[in-house]
Formats: sequence, C-alpha cells, structure tokens
Amino acid sequence: MAATPGDSRLEMCIQCGTCGGSCPSGADMDHTPRALFALIRADLRREVLRSNTPWYCVSCYYCTVRCPQEVHITDLMYTLKNLAIRAKLYEENPAAGLAETFTDQVENFGRSFEFGLATRHNLRHRPFSLPGLAPLGLGLLSKGRMDLTPRRIQNLDQLQRILARAKQLEEAV
Amino acid sequence: MPKYIFYPGCSMERSARPYLDSTLAIQETLGIQLEEVPDWNCCGATEYAASHLLPSYALVGRNLALAAKQTNGTRTLVAGCSACYLNLAKTDHYMRHDAQLADRVNTALTAGGLQYQAGSVTVRHLLDVLINDIGLDRIRSKVVRPLKGLRVAAYYGCQVPRPDYDRRFHNHEYPNQLEQIIKALGATVIDFPLKTHCCGGHMTQISEATAYEMIRQLVHGADQYQADLMASLCPMCQLNLDAYQVEMNKFFKTSYHVPTVFFTQLMGLAFGLDAKALGFGKEFVSAAAALAKIGVEAPPAEVDQVPPPAKLPRGKPSGLPMPRMPGQEE
Repeated sequence: MAATPGDSRLEMCIQCGTCGGSCPSGADMDHTPRALFALIRADLRREVLRSNTPWYCVSCYYCTVRCPQEVHITDLMYTLKNLAIRAKLYEENPAAGLAETFTDQVENFGRSFEFGLATRHNLRHRPFSLPGLAPLGLGLLSKGRMDLTPRRIQNLDQLQRILARAKQLEEAV
Repeated sequence: MPKYIFYPGCSMERSARPYLDSTLAIQETLGIQLEEVPDWNCCGATEYAASHLLPSYALVGRNLALAAKQTNGTRTLVAGCSACYLNLAKTDHYMRHDAQLADRVNTALTAGGLQYQAGSVTVRHLLDVLINDIGLDRIRSKVVRPLKGLRVAAYYGCQVPRPDYDRRFHNHEYPNQLEQIIKALGATVIDFPLKTHCCGGHMTQISEATAYEMIRQLVHGADQYQADLMASLCPMCQLNLDAYQVEMNKFFKTSYHVPTVFFTQLMGLAFGLDAKALGFGKEFVSAAAALAKIGVEAPPAEVDQVPPPAKLPRGKPSGLPMPRMPGQEE
C-alpha cells in the first residue's frame, strides 16, 4: 500500500463507514471500503485482493472528500487494483480486463481508441452483448463521434521508452 | 489576447467532438487563444492507473513536460475533459508533495529526453478559466441570442469538483459556477440536487445494471424538475447521459428524453453562432425540441448511414466490423 502516492493516511481510518454510505456503487461491492480497510488491518491479503470493491469503484471521490480522517480512499483503490492484477487474483473480472485492454492501446498508439476498446473488451468479456450494442456503435460512427482506426502520436517511441523505464522502476521496488 | 496551453484529450477529439468544436468556436468571441500541447498522449483515464501505477504518472508526466516546454507566454494548462483535468492535476499535485514520486517520474521521463519540474504549469479546467479569467460580465456582454425560457440542469459529474486539489471550486458537492454561466446566457437554471452525482464513468463496460441505474437516477432527476436539457462539462458524462440514455431506456423499458449537451455549445448558441458548427445534431437524444423553444432550428439529425446488421446467429457476434489492431489480431 506504500506505493500509493503521497500520504494515503490508511492507518488513520476510524471505521466510521462514511465511505460506504457515500459510495454510488457501494451496494454492488462485496465489502464497503471501510470493511476492506478492516480486512487489510487483519492482514487477510487474499480476501482483500479477491474483493470486487476496487473494481466497482467509479473514481467519483465522494468518499475521499467526505472522509473525516482524510484517507485517500480512491487512490488506495487504484493501488489495490494493481496489487490484485499482480497477484493474479481477479478472475472473471471485466473491470480488470477493461484496464488491460485500455493499457495495451495507450502503449501501442499513445491515444485511447474507443472503437477498438469497446469491440475487443466486449468480445472478451461479454460476447452476447455485442449485437445489442451495435446501434450505439453505429450511431457513434455515423455521427462522426468514433474512429474506425486508431490515431497514433508522432513520438510514440519516446512515450514507450518512458513507460518501459517506469515499469522497470516499479518492478524494482 | 490571453493565451492558454490546451490539452484536448482523446474523447474530445472523437466521441465528444461537439465539445471541442464548440470550445474552439467560442474562443474568438471571448478573446482567448488555446494552443494545443504538441503531440500529447492519452491521460490514461481511470484505466491505466489500475494496472500500472507508477507508469500512469509517467504517462501524464510526458504531457506536463511537453506543456511546460511550450513557450507562448503562459503557464496555464487547460483541459475540458474531467478525467484529463484530474489526471494532469493529480500528477502535478503528487509530484509537488511526494519527492520520491517526482524523482521516479523524472527518471522515467529522462528515458525519453524529458524532465518536468512539479508546479511549473498550473492545471485548470475550462469552466474555471471561463468563470474566473473571462468572467461573467464579459460572457454576458457577448450574448446576442439569450436562451430565454430554456430550462437547463447544470451537471458537473465528479472529477472537476472532486478531489479539487487546489480548491478552485470551493465546494465539492454543491459548486455553482456552471449555473452562473448558464444564467448569464439568459437560460433558466433548474434546481438539480444530483448535479455532482456520478454518471458511472466506465461502469457501462463492467456492470450494466449498476451503470444504468446511476444514469437513470440522473436522467430521472432532471426530468422531474422539467429540464429541457442537461449541460455537461465532461465527455464521459455526456456519453453516458446521451448515448447510454438510449440503452438505459431499453434496459428499464422507460422513455426518458432529456438531451445532454456541452455547456460550451450553449455558450456558442447564446453568442449567435451556427448550431451545426457547434455540434448540435450529433447527440443521440435529440435537442431539437429544446432548441425550438429558443427559436433555433436544429440541424437535421445525422441518420445512420450504415444499415443495421442482419440477425446474427447465436454465439457468433459480428455486429460491428473489427478494428485494425496491429500485432494484436483477435
């Protein structure tokens, strides 16, 4: 958890539950953020990393700004997602798949590519939803709101060198 | 003429094209100049940080470094997209407050021949610049077609008012800057208690039931207060409230019709600019009836050029043509 930038103040949590009560997707989480922090304290690593909680986080930052102890809850959710991916404890999880597909695109093009993202992601995780989503995709295409081919940045090589070095630094810790 | 460094972001270039077009259209009226960061890359949205934490800061670090190198006499970096704005602001914020992070980001940037000194650009959202630098008086003075009678729900979403590292919006849950602008355009601002509730972000790709309920609440709220339309300041919010409003209606078998447009499109309308040039007509939930209320004829809806796919055999989804993904064939 130390990888979270700045001081996450995780140890300051007083288990009040303001986070879970403020969370728009809290009802779908198997543990509220408060409960997850209690599990972290209890050192139940596997249970924590298998939790769907970080993956249901929508990064709305309500919990972060409402937390009376100023715990950086949303940032901690990002760290937990990273740890879960590294520990390979996220089976059957479309959210992790979405993050990985998106990551591939950013690293290959330097830009996100909505059409490729939506098709590849849905093929992998929800193949039966594709025909139903076709009108939406066609609408975006015909309104000029989506590209069929990705856009590349010019100095992609520079970006890839930067990201490769950052990955080395991250793994070295 | 005040100049700014401008970071459009991937969404503004495509799915939120009306946001970019209308923003560029009103800059002349307002007397500002937005100069794009050369060769900027994606900000990583909410996805990149989920799988690569440190690289996600290096990813944004490159944009900050490129922006800092821009010598157009300004240090202010402006983004229109909420996620882009937050990621730029967040990286700068944590590089200022976490020396180890700053050091590691710069070590990574060195591999690309770049450096970024934290704090050397000031990251701001377009709304912040329009209300605080341009000001309501100037905006009001440019109105030639008041949006009289138009009932607008101002919708902020999450990532502009929160976490708001530099306290630019004064209130995380009830900011009112967007309402002030809309009022200055002559429109009626409706009470909209859900104005900073979440649109669900990328949730439509993860859990439809969760996502559509979040969208339904927002659309229902605006509908209850009889809004003619919602004004958005974020590409993701607009996509969810507009394109996914159609999907949400199918999901719940409802028939909500609350158009969602970008606040810059409304500004352009009030400044007398052409509706088509401002990107009207590209929304899924048509704003034509709302525009008619203020005497503006909407550009004809862009009909689907591509015929809908024939019935597909079960288990072989091929509703959309496959993208070209070099080296990543499915």
